[in-house]
Amino acid sequence: MTEVNATRETKPETVQLTIDGISIEAEKGKTVLEAARENDIKIPTLCYHPGLEPFGACRLCIVEVAKSSRPGRKRLVTSCLYPVENGLVVDTQSNVVLKHRKIVLKLLLARVPESDVIRRLADEYGVHESRYVEREDADNCIMCGTCVRVCKAIGVNAVTTLSHGLDKYVDVPKKDVCIGCLTCALNCPTNAIPFEETDGKRRIWGQEFNLVLCWSTGEPIGTPEQIEHIAKHSGLQLDSFLKSAKARLKEKAAESVGAKL
Amino acid sequence: MKPYRANVMVCAGTGCVSNHSLDIKKAFEEEIKKRNLEDEVQVVTTGCNGFCGAGPIAVIQPDGIFYQFLKTKDIPYLVEEHLLKGRPVKKLMYVPPEEEVPIPKMNDINFFSGQMLVALRNRGMIDPENIDDYIARDGYRALAKVLTTMTPDEVIEEIKASALRGRGGGGFPAGIKWETCKKAEGEPKYVICNADEGDPGAFMDRSIIEGDPHSVLEGMAIGAYAIGVSQGYIYVRMEYPLAIERFKIALKQAREYGLLGKNILDTGFDFDVDIRRGAGAFVCGESTALMASVEGRIGEPRAKYIHTVEHGLWNRPTCLNNVETWANVPVIILRGAEWFTSIGTGDVSENPWGGSKGTKVFSLAGKINNTGLVEVPMGITLRKLVYEVGGGIPKGRKFKAVQTGGPSGGFIPEELLDLQVDFEQLTEAGSMMGSGGMVVMDESNCMVNMALYFIKFLIGESCGKCVPCREGLRQLDYFLEKIIQGKGVMEDLDEIESISETMMTACLCALGKSAPNPVASTLRHFRDEYITHIEQKKCPAGVCKALISYEINESCIGCLLCLKQCPENAISGESKKLHIIDQDKCTKCGVCFSVCPVDSVDIISGGEMVYHHKASKVEK
Repeated sequence: MTEVNATRETKPETVQLTIDGISIEAEKGKTVLEAARENDIKIPTLCYHPGLEPFGACRLCIVEVAKSSRPGRKRLVTSCLYPVENGLVVDTQSNVVLKHRKIVLKLLLARVPESDVIRRLADEYGVHESRYVEREDADNCIMCGTCVRVCKAIGVNAVTTLSHGLDKYVDVPKKDVCIGCLTCALNCPTNAIPFEETDGKRRIWGQEFNLVLCWSTGEPIGTPEQIEHIAKHSGLQLDSFLKSAKARLKEKAAESVGAKL
Repeated sequence: MKPYRANVMVCAGTGCVSNHSLDIKKAFEEEIKKRNLEDEVQVVTTGCNGFCGAGPIAVIQPDGIFYQFLKTKDIPYLVEEHLLKGRPVKKLMYVPPEEEVPIPKMNDINFFSGQMLVALRNRGMIDPENIDDYIARDGYRALAKVLTTMTPDEVIEEIKASALRGRGGGGFPAGIKWETCKKAEGEPKYVICNADEGDPGAFMDRSIIEGDPHSVLEGMAIGAYAIGVSQGYIYVRMEYPLAIERFKIALKQAREYGLLGKNILDTGFDFDVDIRRGAGAFVCGESTALMASVEGRIGEPRAKYIHTVEHGLWNRPTCLNNVETWANVPVIILRGAEWFTSIGTGDVSENPWGGSKGTKVFSLAGKINNTGLVEVPMGITLRKLVYEVGGGIPKGRKFKAVQTGGPSGGFIPEELLDLQVDFEQLTEAGSMMGSGGMVVMDESNCMVNMALYFIKFLIGESCGKCVPCREGLRQLDYFLEKIIQGKGVMEDLDEIESISETMMTACLCALGKSAPNPVASTLRHFRDEYITHIEQKKCPAGVCKALISYEINESCIGCLLCLKQCPENAISGESKKLHIIDQDKCTKCGVCFSVCPVDSVDIISGGEMVYHHKASKVEK
């Protein structure tokens, strides 16, 4: 515990930068996007996920920056990747930024014309329709790679991208690797990964999983594969996961009563 | 080494080998043996000579007599006449286009005389599988020089002073890259040679590795010494089996000679190189994608706000240079930065970006007489490159454009033919140096169609990671396709322009940023051609199938040739009577046009004849 306190006392190195005319202090090593969000400055993103390494694929978070060493030279950069630095001047809404952001939204809208998320976002930027060709039989996937990255982050590595270029898509090529945990589906920014739960079964990626029900409350906890995976990676007993949160609380209460006795 | 009266240097580059040059070599050996000349004449296989369009070729030294389009049946006669009787064989020599007198000596041929060999200094002179040949031509002397007489910092200063800029496309000064990598924190550091040459029609890197692998290896060792590296990698595509094979042999020989491995030349310097094979993805030529691939991950680029010289391979400082860049290094060390900067354009005394120094290797392809590989001084005009070194346009046709810099390079029109080829001027013209691909187009090429062709190539090679590249290419393809189908409207040009602009600024990697170049540059220099397609529904070059028709004119002699060859049976007619094409059946394959012996088939577009091969013959 003392160690944690010690790190808290040493103040992290910070830099001073300006975003949209507001002077901001940010921790060194953070990205422009993180610094902006900490200060409630809105920058749209789709492939950004706070728990993952930045990816830089959706290009919505583009902003214009000028370094203090060369204030006249404005550059368009990806804010989710660009590290903060002293004297940096950032414009998240400049004409250049808006122009390109709109085109990116138009391109996305043509890719996923049925996606409510993209439509709403495009709407905010005044993009309603375009002369672009819409993708045939379009699903809602924008290829942001979040599903692939979260699946890797939890140590499963079942979801992956296949093919490349325009034909690139995500799938689970090795079915037995998937544990049916829904991490991909629940983190998808455009809700493009369909799944369903009926009659004690869960279906995702064309596979059917059993659902383990809590012995006490009868609520579904997860798939057996998922629970085994969590148990393995957390080093805890498998048993401790076979109960719903409510049941675990009950048990704890009973234990403490027992201990007192 | 035993002195021979003559050396027959048979080209064993990939182009010539695929034209059976190894059979030619065998035929020479057999014939020489038959005539008991083995003690006097030696047959040697060399790397690529660059004149691939004339292959298989052989050069007989010491006279430097150049023979082209060799067939095994020519060899007995050639050996008897040239090697026995001393009478070079004229009918196997090079004849310049539209001339009749053959040129015997290699160095008198425009294609060769217009060149200046630095990276390709050993071209055609050595057996690439024999390290002794390389050493005999000053090989590894530069490495010995730096290891015994120069400090690493002195080496870096020399390369910086030479203003050598990366030959892989970016043109970043190599010396600055080396210095930054040396200063970067983190151990171990790495050097990589980028041999993932993916441009269609480009084979500079392959040719260098196949023809002179030790020059690359020596360059890498010098760089490694300067930066403080003990492990290097060369990333070669699987499609280059011969290059991989020759590099393997080079590695083995260099290790045996103590020029690679532990304690090189007893100086305490350790360095070794491993080969990493790529699967041939175009995008893996991009530095961050390449490093991802070497590490065994999917070859996708990442943003480079944090440079690879600081955080590269396995997050360690990594210096990546292209094959040609590395091959230049030993020469700079031996001949000095001053000599190197005497070649090329601009003033680099202030900073290396001030000019383009040294030479550049280009692959000439497309509608050009001398197809092949050339090394020319920076600053040569495009006109000289196309008309002198390249021998001009075949069939007397008119030059239209040259695309430089590979599939994502721009098209340069005739008005700009006098521009000097260097990093800056090509960029200003809306194109780029790239790795050195050059595709020449003549009046029979439709610029809209060519733009679409390259967009389709890039569609196949985009990694698909970022939105503007993946989705932008999809839309560019759609609008261009619309125009060549005759369904385009003027607003489509605005869409193309705005998408191109966004791709150029907002894409993740250099490949995506340059991907719209073929469209943007043709739209800039050949806008009229786009407008003609849209407004008049006419393809001036007679290429776009939806906008043309083939028609037979009065001069038809009724020979039935086209009628028999037509795959759709769309031509009707009788012997010695005018033939007629049924336009409903015609698929516009163009067979009738090419087989007609009297040029009676016309291409009609927008209501008039647009292209007639007779016309070019008359001009000639």
